[in-house]
Amino acid sequence: MDGVNTVELTIFIVFFILVTVLGFAASRWRRGDNLMHLDEWGLGGRSFGGWITWFLLGGDLYTAYTFVAVPALVFGAGAAGFFAVPYTVIVYPLIFLVVVRLWSVSHVRGFVTPADFVRSRFDSPGLALLVAITGIVATMPYIALQLVGIEAVLKTMGLSGEGLAGELPLIIAFVILAIYTYNSGLRAPALIAFVKDGLIYLTIIVAVIVIPAKLGGWGVIFGAAQDKFTAAGAGGVILGGPGQLGYATLAFGSALSLFLYPHSITGVLAAKDRNVLKRNMSALPIYSLALAFIALLGYMAIAAGTTPVGTDGNTIVPRLFDGMFPSWFAGIAFAAIGIGALVPAAIMSIAAANLFTRNIYKEYLKKDATPANEAKVAKIASLVVKLGAVAAILFIDPQFSIDLQLIGGVIILQTLPAVAVGLYTRWFHRSALVVGWAAGMAAGIWMLYNVPRMGPGGVVVRQHFGGSSFSLGKLGFDTTTTVYAGFLAVLVNLVVTAVVTFALRAMKVDDGVDGTAETDYTAEREDPSVRDLPDPLESAPPGVAGGAPSRG
Amino acid sequence: MSSPDAPPAGVAPRRSDRSPWNWLLVLPVVVPLLVPLFNRIEPTLFGWPFFYWFQLLMVALGVGTTSIVYLVTKRSKTERLAAGRSAERDEGR
Repeated sequence: MDGVNTVELTIFIVFFILVTVLGFAASRWRRGDNLMHLDEWGLGGRSFGGWITWFLLGGDLYTAYTFVAVPALVFGAGAAGFFAVPYTVIVYPLIFLVVVRLWSVSHVRGFVTPADFVRSRFDSPGLALLVAITGIVATMPYIALQLVGIEAVLKTMGLSGEGLAGELPLIIAFVILAIYTYNSGLRAPALIAFVKDGLIYLTIIVAVIVIPAKLGGWGVIFGAAQDKFTAAGAGGVILGGPGQLGYATLAFGSALSLFLYPHSITGVLAAKDRNVLKRNMSALPIYSLALAFIALLGYMAIAAGTTPVGTDGNTIVPRLFDGMFPSWFAGIAFAAIGIGALVPAAIMSIAAANLFTRNIYKEYLKKDATPANEAKVAKIASLVVKLGAVAAILFIDPQFSIDLQLIGGVIILQTLPAVAVGLYTRWFHRSALVVGWAAGMAAGIWMLYNVPRMGPGGVVVRQHFGGSSFSLGKLGFDTTTTVYAGFLAVLVNLVVTAVVTFALRAMKVDDGVDGTAETDYTAEREDPSVRDLPDPLESAPPGVAGGAPSRG
Repeated sequence: MSSPDAPPAGVAPRRSDRSPWNWLLVLPVVVPLLVPLFNRIEPTLFGWPFFYWFQLLMVALGVGTTSIVYLVTKRSKTERLAAGRSAERDEGR
């Protein structure tokens, strides 16, 4: 197990080089004279059609970390880890009507980030700043986690040296990613997403056919899992009584938060028109089907007697592939996971850079920034974000990033009243939204702080930040039922926002001027009012956020 | 659904996203959250406990309902173009 598997590594490197070439080539497409490619690959007047959006959003939302962490959770806890499937099923009908409104208003008013929208809708740069900071803080650890995905693969191939030298492959991978994202903008991940998803689907189809056949069928796989959980006295192939509400609230809360993440919104705004988005809401669940099979790899690993590398549970899936596939195909599967980390990491860093440039730099640091300034700042910010992610993994315990990402899901939900509800109504008062945000934030972090991590036999391994299932017993209820902390936190947020709004409206406190018109939210691409959004990295935003004259 | 001769406001035509068909979207959001409904082993299918294959079936429910809502509420391209043109014309008046 200590030696490096050269066949796997060679195939992994070949695919990595291919993707690197694609990443750089993506930028050259833009400079070429071929209008068709210009139309397709620029984000500007030339937005993404159905297929590209499908690959881009799929590559963006279903990350490498998901692919290693979900089966690892199923391996360890059983049915509870399967929440990722209902979560990614309900998200699309849930936001079907919401994202098209966001697309329309953003294209009429030239918004590039969710904070741009909030600033204009509620006439409040302060609220926009909160939304921007929340987005950046929630996204950063998510980028770092993509490295955890690559690391799991590298470890399985035997590349797990000590110290900085051991981490060298990881650093090289991310530096290359940083350079071509800097160079090519959103076109690079869009292009690479095709390779990533092609490899992922190939791997899953082969895994689902080959592995159950080798292990003796699905009945044997589920049976082995049941035996393991019965012996351990924890987990199970179906949920225990108290865990059911937690399962449903975690799926629902996660679904609410998914499209509040800045990188999802970047993918949504890159779509060509409303119909492309609506069609994608029907087609994206195909990834959820794949995710269900990926989750079940956790049970296959149990049946196959797979053991992780050291104590790193995330290596379960790579180890399973290593044991079940010939080396050449294991190499392809590892490349799928490795490249799967690059696509979301690139889009996330672009989204975080946009938030910084539009809503912090331009708003507070350099009000008279020229479009050229802004583009330059965004590109540098995307580099800083990625280097920060590498540093976080190298110098801080990766567990810290995992904890932060857990918090990230809870805090991004606190932008729901301003961003998602704001797309429908302006009834919430801008100051009430700030108070509600603070209340939801405090409640969410307090709850997460009070979640201990339980080890085998009910021993508390860690006192705080041990998960996101908050026990209602902590609030004085006589129950062992758990609820997703983010779900409770956003309820607190909504209630506080509503109460304070009532008070402020009663006192007739000024709530500013709406920078958007009702007709903006249903605008179609063909309308004269709709304009093209700039490429987030290549060109400048059209005017200040919300600077467009109010119409209607 | 918008119609080309609906009274436009400003440059953007007035439209509505409202449709009774949208209520269909409640189904794939609510059913996967009713955990007690499917939290059991029997009946199994190809060795899969009910808990798993039922949730896989929910993928189909999600795809089906969103596709139906998309198809019945879709505006045709000519309809969209006409609405935009009539709005522009009114603006010029």
